[in-house]
Amino acid sequence: MITGYAIAVSACAAGVAIWAFVLVMLNREPEKPLLMGVGAIEALLVVQVVISVVMLIGGGQPGSMLTFLAYLVGSLLVLPLGTVWALAERTRSSTAILGVLCLTVPVLLLRMVEVWGGASA
Amino acid sequence: MPDETARPQASGVDRPATASGPGRVLIVVYAIFAVGATSRAAVQIATRFDEAPVPYALSAFAAVVYVLATFALARTGTTWWRVALVSCSVEMTGVLVVGTLSVFDRAAFPDATVWSNFGMGYLFIPLVLPVIGLLWLRRTRPA
Repeated sequence: MITGYAIAVSACAAGVAIWAFVLVMLNREPEKPLLMGVGAIEALLVVQVVISVVMLIGGGQPGSMLTFLAYLVGSLLVLPLGTVWALAERTRSSTAILGVLCLTVPVLLLRMVEVWGGASA
Repeated sequence: MPDETARPQASGVDRPATASGPGRVLIVVYAIFAVGATSRAAVQIATRFDEAPVPYALSAFAAVVYVLATFALARTGTTWWRVALVSCSVEMTGVLVVGTLSVFDRAAFPDATVWSNFGMGYLFIPLVLPVIGLLWLRRTRPA
């Protein structure tokens, strides 16, 4: 993993989360720009996974390989699965769900940086 | 049978289904904890169960409770509402009991469950979640 990149992605995800919660306060359903923002975060996460896999092949040794791989897979699934759930019933709550999903990204990335740096769980 | 839980009753009492409106946000948070707790318990039990069997078994138990609560809240009908009520109550009890024990008997709980220290390692969300869950269940109580 590249810590600086993880921090940058986390900041972007936090930004989209704030954007979503502002829209919730304005009573808005999820609209296209916000969904594109969530999509952009997903794209950044895909790049993150590619970077990590390349570094793993290059000899990177996380504290727990199993845990790290689980986080890698999980980090790609949260936004798509959660967005499907969010859009199944379109209300301002759907917008709030997108915000919650984006907040999980910094948490996941923080945990991944810890495991990459040698933490075992 | 018509699905009466999803629409306003003739009496004027509007009881939303648990999986509608703000309940959907709650379910997402439950789902995140269900997946997180399940994966964590699976790794703990698969790789080092011998080190601390009691906390790891508790981790697995917490995971089951979160999974059950997630599914029950996402379903409609009186039976699932009751399952959700039991799950959230067990969760509330679990976080309070394990939280208290972990504070007073640190040796027995080496910070290995979501409920240790009242969920401090998880921003206290495990403590707040069942409270919100139970309040939501009260609002969506079947007539």
